Formats: sequence, C-alpha cells, structure tokens
Amino acid sequence: MQTVTDINRRAFIGRSGLGLGAVALSSLSALGAGRDLERWSGVVRPLHHAAKVKRVIYLYMSGGPSHLETFDANKPELVKMNGQPMPAEFTKGQSIAQLQNSRLTCLRPQFPFKKYGQSGTEMTSLFPHLTKHVDELAVIRSMHTDAINHDPANTLMNTGTTISGRPSMGSWIQYGLGSEAEDLPGFVVLSSHAGRSPQPISTRMWHSGFLPSQFQGIQLRSTGDPVMYVRRPGGVDAGRQRDVVDAVQQLNNLQLGTTHDPEITTRIAQYEMAFRMQTSVPDLMDVSKEPKEVLGLYGCKPGDGSFGSNCLLARRLAERGVRFIQLYHRGWDHHNGIVNFMKNHCCPSVDQAIAGLITDLKRRGLFKDTLIVWGGEFGRTPMAQTSKGSAGRDHHMKGFSLWLAGGGVKGGVTHGTTDDLGYNAEQNRTHVNDLHATLLHLLGIDHTRLTTRFQGRDFRLTDVAGKLIKPVLA
Amino acid sequence: MIEQRGLRVYDFGVQHKALIMMKTTRWFFLSLILPVANALAEEALPATVDYNRDIKPILSNNCYACHGPDAKQVKGGLRLDSFKSATSELKSGERAIVPKDLAESALVYRITAEDVDERMPPADSIKKLTARQKELLKRWVAQGGEYAKHWAYVAPKKAVAPKAVQKGFTQNDIDQFVLAQMKVKGFTPAKAADKRSLIRRLSFDLTGLPPTWAQVQAFVNDKSPDAYGKLVDRLLASKHYGERMAVYWLDMVRYADTIGYHSDNHETKPLYREYVINAFNDNKPFDQFTREQIAGDLLKDRTGTQLIASGYNRLNMNTREGGAQPKEYTAKYLADRVRNASTVWMASTLGCSECHDHKFDPFTSKDFYSFGAFFADLQETPVGAQKATKVPLPRDEKKLGAIEADIVVLAKQLEGTDVSTGQAKWEASQKAAAANSVALSPWHRIGPFAAPNFDQAHAKSFVNEAAVDLKKTHGKLKWAEAKNLADGKVHALTGANSAHYFYRTIQSGSVRPLELSLGSDDSFRIWLNGKLVADKKIGRGVAPDQDKVKVNLVAGENKLLLKVANGGGPSGFYFKAQQVTLPGAVVTALKIEGAKRTPAQKAVIAAHYRTLAPELATLRQKISTKNAEKTAAINANSTSLVSVSMAKPRMVRVLARGNWLDDTGEIVQPAVPGYLKLGKVPEGRASRMNLANWIIARDNPLTARVMVNRLWAMFHGRGLAMPLDDFGSQGTPPTHPALLDWLAVEFMDKGWDVKHMVKLMVTSGTYQQTSIASKAGMETDPYNFWLARQGRWRLEAEMVRDNALAVSGLLVKTIGGPSVKPYQPAGYWAHLNFPKRSWKADAGDALYRRGMYTYLCRTFMHPSLAAFDAPSREECTVERVRSNTPQQALVLLNDPTYVETARIFAERILHESGKDVETRIAFAYQQALHRNPNAKELILLTALAAKHLKQYQADAPAAAAVLKVGAKPADTKLDKAELAAWTSIARVVLNLHENITRN
Repeated sequence: MQTVTDINRRAFIGRSGLGLGAVALSSLSALGAGRDLERWSGVVRPLHHAAKVKRVIYLYMSGGPSHLETFDANKPELVKMNGQPMPAEFTKGQSIAQLQNSRLTCLRPQFPFKKYGQSGTEMTSLFPHLTKHVDELAVIRSMHTDAINHDPANTLMNTGTTISGRPSMGSWIQYGLGSEAEDLPGFVVLSSHAGRSPQPISTRMWHSGFLPSQFQGIQLRSTGDPVMYVRRPGGVDAGRQRDVVDAVQQLNNLQLGTTHDPEITTRIAQYEMAFRMQTSVPDLMDVSKEPKEVLGLYGCKPGDGSFGSNCLLARRLAERGVRFIQLYHRGWDHHNGIVNFMKNHCCPSVDQAIAGLITDLKRRGLFKDTLIVWGGEFGRTPMAQTSKGSAGRDHHMKGFSLWLAGGGVKGGVTHGTTDDLGYNAEQNRTHVNDLHATLLHLLGIDHTRLTTRFQGRDFRLTDVAGKLIKPVLA
Repeated sequence: MIEQRGLRVYDFGVQHKALIMMKTTRWFFLSLILPVANALAEEALPATVDYNRDIKPILSNNCYACHGPDAKQVKGGLRLDSFKSATSELKSGERAIVPKDLAESALVYRITAEDVDERMPPADSIKKLTARQKELLKRWVAQGGEYAKHWAYVAPKKAVAPKAVQKGFTQNDIDQFVLAQMKVKGFTPAKAADKRSLIRRLSFDLTGLPPTWAQVQAFVNDKSPDAYGKLVDRLLASKHYGERMAVYWLDMVRYADTIGYHSDNHETKPLYREYVINAFNDNKPFDQFTREQIAGDLLKDRTGTQLIASGYNRLNMNTREGGAQPKEYTAKYLADRVRNASTVWMASTLGCSECHDHKFDPFTSKDFYSFGAFFADLQETPVGAQKATKVPLPRDEKKLGAIEADIVVLAKQLEGTDVSTGQAKWEASQKAAAANSVALSPWHRIGPFAAPNFDQAHAKSFVNEAAVDLKKTHGKLKWAEAKNLADGKVHALTGANSAHYFYRTIQSGSVRPLELSLGSDDSFRIWLNGKLVADKKIGRGVAPDQDKVKVNLVAGENKLLLKVANGGGPSGFYFKAQQVTLPGAVVTALKIEGAKRTPAQKAVIAAHYRTLAPELATLRQKISTKNAEKTAAINANSTSLVSVSMAKPRMVRVLARGNWLDDTGEIVQPAVPGYLKLGKVPEGRASRMNLANWIIARDNPLTARVMVNRLWAMFHGRGLAMPLDDFGSQGTPPTHPALLDWLAVEFMDKGWDVKHMVKLMVTSGTYQQTSIASKAGMETDPYNFWLARQGRWRLEAEMVRDNALAVSGLLVKTIGGPSVKPYQPAGYWAHLNFPKRSWKADAGDALYRRGMYTYLCRTFMHPSLAAFDAPSREECTVERVRSNTPQQALVLLNDPTYVETARIFAERILHESGKDVETRIAFAYQQALHRNPNAKELILLTALAAKHLKQYQADAPAAAAVLKVGAKPADTKLDKAELAAWTSIARVVLNLHENITRN
C-alpha cells in the first residue's frame, strides 16, 4: 500500500489542477521533479458503462432557432390557421414573452419542406448541404424547456438549472472524464455571429460553477489573443520566456525541498502547461496549412471568424483530444424578419459549415466517436410577432427541435412531435435534463452517479430528473 | 465512493491549503485517497455513541431522502428525523427503533438484511452503508436510540476553557481548547513561526497587503514582550483592514457593478461597498451592521449611511430582457433574497425549499416563502432599470442639517410676526371675490386605457364621456379619487398609446365664465356637463399653461371631464382654474362672518394670509431661497440603489414546485422558519426590522456561530465546522464544538465586536504556529483538523494583484469610490449586447488601484481576477474555490499589469539597492518575499540577469519593447538593456509560488 503522504500528494495534485492536460515535465526531470504526474483523468473511473463517443461538438444556436422554419415544418393545420387568432386554449395561463398584451395570431411555416434522404426526414429547403447528411441525424421534435427568456433558458440548457452558479455541462464532463488533450484545455468555447442583433452570452454558460476552475471552458477568440494572456510580452522572445519560466520552476523546486508543499508541484506542472500553450494555441489557430479543398468544404477563409472557421477549428480541436467543444452562433433571435434572417443569414452561415464538418470528421475517422448536437435554448412561437417590423416569432419553450449526430446515435430517425400548431411538445416529450442524461450516457457516464457535494447536497447536471432518450440511441 | 460520505471527514482542504475548494472537491479527493479514508473508517467505535456526531450524518446522507423532513416524500410512513416517528408503530406493525432492543428494531433488521429486496438503503439507490456505519447504528439503538437536537440549533453555551496549558504555546483561552483536543488526539503544537513569517502572514490576513521590508525589520528588531500585540493593533487600525474584510463580505452579499442577467447593464452601488469598508474599519458592531443592511431604511431617524447600507437588499441580479415577465422575475428575486440572507447569516440552505420541503433540514416550503415575504415591501422594477435613490453622505447630511436649521429659524420668525392689521384689510378685500368664486372638488381618475395607436387613444370613447358614471368599472380599471393631483402642477402619467380620464365637479354661485389653463402630453379633450368643449391633438412634452380654455359654468354643480392621451414616451398633464386663487377651504371660511368662524376656519385664513402677506415677503423670500438651496443640495447627493419600503407589500404565495404561474398556493405572511421561532411574534405584519432583530437575537443559535466560524476560516484556512455555508444536517459538526461555542458567546458578550474576535484569534498561540508541517503531522493529520500547525494557501485573486502592485510601489491606496478599469484584453466584452459596449481602460492612478475596485461585470468578470477564482458575484459565495491552473501562470507571465509591475519593480531595484548584482537580488527578495535569498537562488538569478543583460544589450528594439508595456513611462535615466534584464528578474520573483502564498 502506498504511504499516506504519497497518496495525499497525488490527491492534491489531482484536485488542484492537472485537469487541463498531461504534464510530462520532461524538462524538469533534471531538477529532480520528474514525478509521475498524471493528467486529470476524471472521477468516473472506470466508466459507468462503455462509452460510445469520446467527445462532443455542441453547435449552440443562441437566440432560439424556429423549429417551424427548420425541422418541424409539416404543419397543415397551422397553414390553414394562418392569420387567424391562435386558439386561446393553447395560450391561456401560459408564459408569454414579447407578445405579452398582444393579439396572438397564427403564422404558417414560412418555407417549403420535403422529405430528404433514405430516411425521408422532413426538413425545410434552408439546408441544401446538410440534407445530404440527413440520414446521419436524429431529429428530436419534442424538446421543451422551463424558461422563456434567453438568459435563464441558456443557463438551463448549459447547466441543467436556471439558477446561476452551477457547473456547465462541459465542466461536468471534464470533471467526470478528464481530458485527452496533451497541451490544450479540454473544454473550449468558440463563437460567431450572423443575422439579427447578436444575443449576449455570458461566461456562466461555460463556467465551472462550484467545481474547481480548471474545469471551466476556455474561450478561443478569433480576434486578439486566441486565448487570453497567451501572448508573450513585447520584447520577450520564446527563449527569454523559457528562461523566465525555467528560473521560476527551479526556484519553486528549491522551495519544495524546504516546505514540502504539494501545491508547488502542481504549480510547476501548470507553468509547463502554460508555456506549452503559448505554442500549441497559435499552432491550433493557424489554419494556413489546411488545403484549399478543406477550406472550401467548410466555406470559410482563414481568420474570418465565421461559423465555418469555427467548425474547422472544432475538427482540429477534436483531433487534438479536446473533450467538449462548444460553438456558439448568436444570430437566431428572430422577433422580426424571420424570412430574411433565416434565408439570407443564419441558415446559409451554418449549413455548408456543418455539412463540411460532418464530411471532414467522417473521412478522418472521427465521426464515429464524436457526438454532434445542434440546437438553441428554445424554439419560437407559432404566433406571429409584428411589433418590430416584418413578421417574426417570439420565444417559445413548450416545443422545439434539436438534432444529434455521430457515434452512438441512430441516424435518420425523428423522435417526438409537437401538436398540430407546433405549440406543445406532444409525443415523447423531451426535457433539457433528458438531453443531458443522454449526452452523458453516450460518454460512458450514468447521469445519476456523476455528482458533487455543495452546500450539503449532491448536485448533478440533471438535477433530480433526466431520462435517456433511448429511441435515438444506436 | 459513497461509503465515505458518512465519515467524519470534516474537510479535506486543510493541510497546506485552505479553505475553499475543499467542499467542492472533497469527494473526488476521496476516490484518490481511499486508504486514508479507510484508515479513518477503521477508527475504533466510540464507547458512547453521540447522535449528532456519529448518527445524524449517516441518517441524513442515506435515509432522509425517503424518510426525512420532506413530508411529500415519506415512504412507508416512516420518518427517521424524529425520535417520535422512528419509535412509533408503522402501518406494517413494525417499529423502526425499539430503544435498546436490536431484535425488535426494524431499522437494524433492514440495514443488515441478507435479502436484497428487504435491505435498506434499497439496492437501486446509489446509497450504501459501510460495516462501521451499521455497527454505529446498532450500538446507538442498543444504547437507547436517543435523538439530540441538531447541534447548530441548540443555543451555544460558554464553557470554562480546559486547564490545558503549554509554555511557549498557550496565549489565550482559544489555545486551551485547542491544546486539550490535541492531547486527546495525541498531537503537540508546532513551534511558533519566525517573526518574518508572522508579520507577512498577519499583514496579508488583516490587510490583504504585504508588509514593507522596513516594517519587517522593525518588527524583527522589536524585542519588547508586546511587540506582536503592537503589530496586531497597528494592522487592525489600518484603513486597509476594512478593505480586506469587505472583500469577504462582498462575496457573500454578491456585490457587483452590473445587473447579471442577459444585457448585464451597469448599476450604481459603490456607496454600499464603501459602507462595508467603513463598517469594518469603524468596527461597527455586527448586530448593528446586520440591522442596517437588512432594515437600515426602516430605522427611526435613519441616516443616509444607514439608507445606503439597506442597499444590501438590492444587490440581487435583475433583468431588463425584452419579453421578460414581471411576475416571473418578482418570484426569482424573492428566491434570490431568501437564498442569500439565509446563507449569509444562518449558513442555512433554506433556498432548497423553493420547490419542496427540505430533504435534510426542518425547513418547509412555506418557511421559504414566509421568509421571502419579509422582502415583499421592497420597491423594485421587476423588468427594467432599477431606480436609484439620492442619498446624503455624512458630509451632505451636515450641509443639509445646517440649511434645515436656518429654515426652522426663519419659519419661527415668520410665525412670530404680527400681521393682524394686514390680514383684516386683506379679508375685507377678498369678500367679494369669495362670494363670486367657484369650488372645485378633488379629481377622480381612471386609466390608462390601452389603444393600438395614438389616433385611437385620442379618439376612442373608453368611458361614457357624455355622462360619467364613477361607479362603473372598465375591465380591471376603476375610477378612483386622486387628491394628490393638485392644481397648478405637472403630473406624470404612464403608458404608450393610452388614455387617462380625470373628472371633477365645480360649484359656482352664479352663471359665469371660467378660464382653464392646461398642459398635456400629448392630446386632451374637455367635456363640460356632458358637452365636448375643447379638443386638441398635438404631440408634445407637457409644461404648465400650454393652452387656455374658457368654459361657461351654470349656477350650482358643473361636471368637468378631462381626457389626456399619449402616443409614446413619457406623458403627463397640467390643470389650473385661472380665476380661482383661493383654496376651497379659505373661500368657505371667508364666506362666514368673522365672529361666527370656528377656530379651525380662523386658522385656515390666517395661515393662508401668511403665504401672501406683503409684510412677510422678505422672510418668505429667504425661506424659499433656503428651500431652493436644500433641493439643490439633495439633488447634488450621490445616488445608490437602496431599500424603499412600500406601504402595501406584494402578496406572497407558496408556489407549488416553484411555479410562478400557479396562483393556488397559500398566501403567507412574513415569518421566520417554524422550528427556529424565537421570542414574541410581533403584532401585525412582521417587517424586515423584525427579521434583522431575530437574526441577531441573543438566543438565535446560528448567527454568532456562523460568523465566528467564518472569521476563524479567514485565519486558519478552514472553519471549525465545515462547510462554512451549511450548518444543517448535511454539514459536518465542528471539530472543536466547545471552542466554537465559546467564541460565539464571547462575540455576543462583547457586543458583537468583530475586531475583538479577530484580535483574540490572531493573538492565540494556535495562530502563531509555523505552517511547515512535520512529516509525522502530515501523515497523522494531513488535513490539520487538530490544528497542530498553521495552514498555507494561495493568496486570493485581489491579493495576488494588490501584492504585485504593492511590492513594485505602483499601488494607489485610495479607499472607496467608483469602480475602476485596469487593462483588460481587447474584445473580451464582445459578447455583451443591448447595448454593445467595450471596456475602455482608465488612465493614471485608476490603473493601479486594489483589485476589489476593479469593475465587476457579472457575466464577464475581469479575466485576470477570474483566473484566480474571484467569484462572479451572481450568487452568494462563502468559500471561494482555490484552484491552481495554467491560466494563472499565463496571467502572471503575460498580463500587461504584471509585466508593467515587474518593470516598475525593476526600476526600484536599480534605484534603491546597489550596483552589485547580489545586492540587487537580495533587495528583490526582501521586498517581495521578506527574506534574503540563499546561495543557490543567488547563483540562479545572477546567471539569468547576466544572460538577459547581454541579450538586451545586443537587441535594443527588444529592450525598448519590454519597457513599453503598460501606461507608466519607463525611467529614461536608467540604461534600457539593464532595466529590461532586471524586468526579467522581477518577473521571476513575482511569478514565484512563494510570492503568491500566505504561509
């Protein structure tokens, strides 16, 4: 049996932060610090069951894309009712956002739909590229959530609750599984925008809440330093930065000899990781060596900050072992001009990029162990909103669509329905907590068993709920 | 992993480290340190089982979810949280516990059953009992299965400190308690820390700033017996003590500069922050501190400062999101306040009861909403910008006081002047006018009536305009008397595309014309006796006397209806009947013969005359000048978000499952949790003042314990009871219960004197021990439960910054004021919208203020502070996470703040030490680490200095680039290459683990 001290040391190291990657510390072995430090490998050891995927790429359509213009457009009853008052039995006593105190009038789906692929999944005409992959998608048409405003709905979609201060799903996954990335953070967030006035999103969406901060998402930015503070100061070249870091490491190591403070060991490891990130992050971001054909596949130009560029970066992150990759697109809050924004801005900005990502992941053998999720924080009302110009739709939490693809997901299926007017999720109602349970399941985690104690209670991503969405699992 | 949960693993953070992260991470530690846990698990069973220490944690963790306080969840009718229920006969005929009878106790059978279907906890739960836990439960039943009240709900009693004394260690009562426990557990105190460590530790702990080398030297050389005591007194008297304590408090009350939700806009509250700093510096008694924050606005003769303090109630996140529903957010704010106040003062997780009765603690859902009802009187905007209040600061109060005193003197003069001659003349002159005057009734009003657009708002008849019926209701709208709508003043109205009606009667003695003077925003219509007599549609802002309308009155009663319609934006109206200059009461009185007037009527006339008597004109002018001065002074006051109490509090219902749309729940009145009822229930509706007084009541078992436990954690890295924010069933009972109680009672006995408690703690021998652990100590008490050494931990986020600035000499030590904006990476705020905004760094001194003044945007915390675990202040944070991450290294290496700081530090090194490299290195160590470097350290840094000097001498542009980081220009008298090279050395020193460690 190991000695208590030895085990404590390992415990402290584990706790205090090798969560962000392996630390070989090769350059320190000469200093006698070549201890068998491990990367943070998660609390779920062994996995609760065999994992179907190793990583998640979450395409987060912030603002709330309309299900009626995308994946839930076959609503003849709504077409018939176009321009008529929305029947009161749907809306009576229900939460209403910007349509409070307005007359509620039905608005038919604005785009034609048809069946695509062998599966015959119905989609609108807005995704000419993505429809080629339709047989890979499991479309869920019966999502519902508990919050009707962006901020709490985003918080719920990311943390499983509307109360601030809880860990985000990416943080839970880091905490549970650790990272496979050698010299990059294991939870990375990127964002882009096209379309209507962009939704504010908050660091709360990728925060680690009451988990230690090494589990929080790191923003990769398309302007400025890609990771904050990763750029060396002016006048300090790589060699001189190495000298400074080396001196810090050696002096810290001398201190370790007198104080036996295990935090110093961790500190040394983190400085190594930080130093490596100063190279690995620019390497990651440099897509200049990507062949033209690949850029064409995603429809992006290097450094354009587009959703396509972020999809390409997502593939590069996946290749490097990053566990949770979240791509925000902030343009989907279509209170007005829904036809214009959907047709000319939002859908084109994601369609080719997502199709390209799926193609690229497939040919590199990554698709089968990646889960892709596409969706927003809620859907949009079957009722028109006309207070801000040409017709749009208001926030809607009672029924919306979202899709999954990748490893462990049954492609070419649809799950659940909304009612005839697209208002309430009806068959196979699927809550946000169910989505989270399923996501963890595919990663090899039983959502009821990944818990952490805070204020005397065992918290989990799915709070007290969450059922697997079994019909979409392969 | 589950089996460890019942163990008395108070907290794991402890050794070498501190507080904060432990509670969040303890379980994954455990997975890694199973052998340690097992070693504890194998600890011998206690001869006498203690319910609170040994049994309650097991029951709470494993059984309460189905057999606990949540009435809706109880399975099989069995509750294990009370002796009565546990020993009663169940429907099944069994009894869970038959005291002293193992064979008859179903509980014993169930936990040991071979049959999986019979066994408890059920196989399909994730809960499982260890062998030791089962043995404990059996022994407990055998010994009588007695329940004790939860330790934290029994009022603390002050025991006499044990007679344990050790020379060189024992300094005060605290040490006697600690030493007695050490003896029981087989430990001896560590030796005292050396003096340089002590002053460094104490400076960080009490002020959040490092000592200067001169202060270190002075302390080391002060051989007087009370040298340490003097040091403590000096630091407690420092203005920076208040700042250090405030950071902790502001974390708990979630103080920030922005609203938190969605658009996360700016909100002004820095006066509250200043209040907290001053309160700690002035050593405001903690009971008063509590009262002022929860109910400062309700205090009799409250000062501006106390009103600012009541801003506590307004620190919650709030929203301006379009489409947010007021009712939903009102419910959210209520819940937020309950969570916060119950955690801050009671370390209670009352917030868990929002949707259901508490699973572990005796809080019901009704308790939650009743507690929330205390705050239902707070005026607030559910969705939209909150309204700040003009608040006088002490200096403003002085000025205002002087003006008011002048007014009192003048008013007395006015009162005292005899004007009877003038009045008699005037009365005579007014008689005719009075006889011919009209009398206007007060207004009745109704509105706003919503319309799709302005045209309809103006044109549509929302009421029967020809024959007004004051009794008729229109949807939810009713006519109401509006005495407050005085004539001759502009009154604000609300509602875009809407209309308001105003109705009054006019009594006239004769047929006569009357000129009305009007103002409106936007249009108006007037009906006299059912006939439309004026109609003006004009979009404009309201002002007095915009239009004149002449109407012809009949003798007797006339009915006047005024309609004002608004398009968009602000709205309002103005009304005056031109020929009526005398108030109704005066007219009535004048009509009566002088001798027949009642004393009240006489007084009315006399008072009115004084308002216009020519002989008093000068005095009146003086008073009006003073009043104008007063208004100007009030307008010049700063604004802050404070508590404003409404006469009619919002109705609060129990919301089933927290659903704000559910209007069926019981209506509740403000009340404290049932099981903690203390003293007399106030008559009528209980107020926030009652709540404050209840929190600080002498017999409240929680408040004093909670606060002293947190003070203890500030100086030892962990509380005597953990976690710091849960004193309920799921928390861990204190390691030193007698000491915790002693401290709690001492706190109250000494009048809630915070500095007294701090001084007691930091002058104890326990505090003054070295933080270097012996090998044996590490092995036998890795988490330092038994306090046989001090702790060591990384400085808090703000201190990391403050320390670097202080060491370099850049720190600007101004206390208080608005938040400041130091450097922040460009584009970090790009994700904010409504409106879009960007961070513009300040210039000059504002760049070098302490971290606690950095502008705190809740959704995008300053990344340099966030990297070191500064919380976003969205929710109450009692214990900060304390992580160790690559981001921290990136900040210290590359954040311009730290590069500039290093360069300024290098300038100091070059100016203030000597020419010799070793002297310079020694100087750097003394300033930053408060010690001299050893030989190895000198060799290493000497080599680096030489190497970089050579490189920068050969690469002038690189040297120039180093010196350009930051706003402060480099000292041009210094050699550039040398300064750049020493900036490297300074960067190394500022990056050292030791430099950011409190030990």
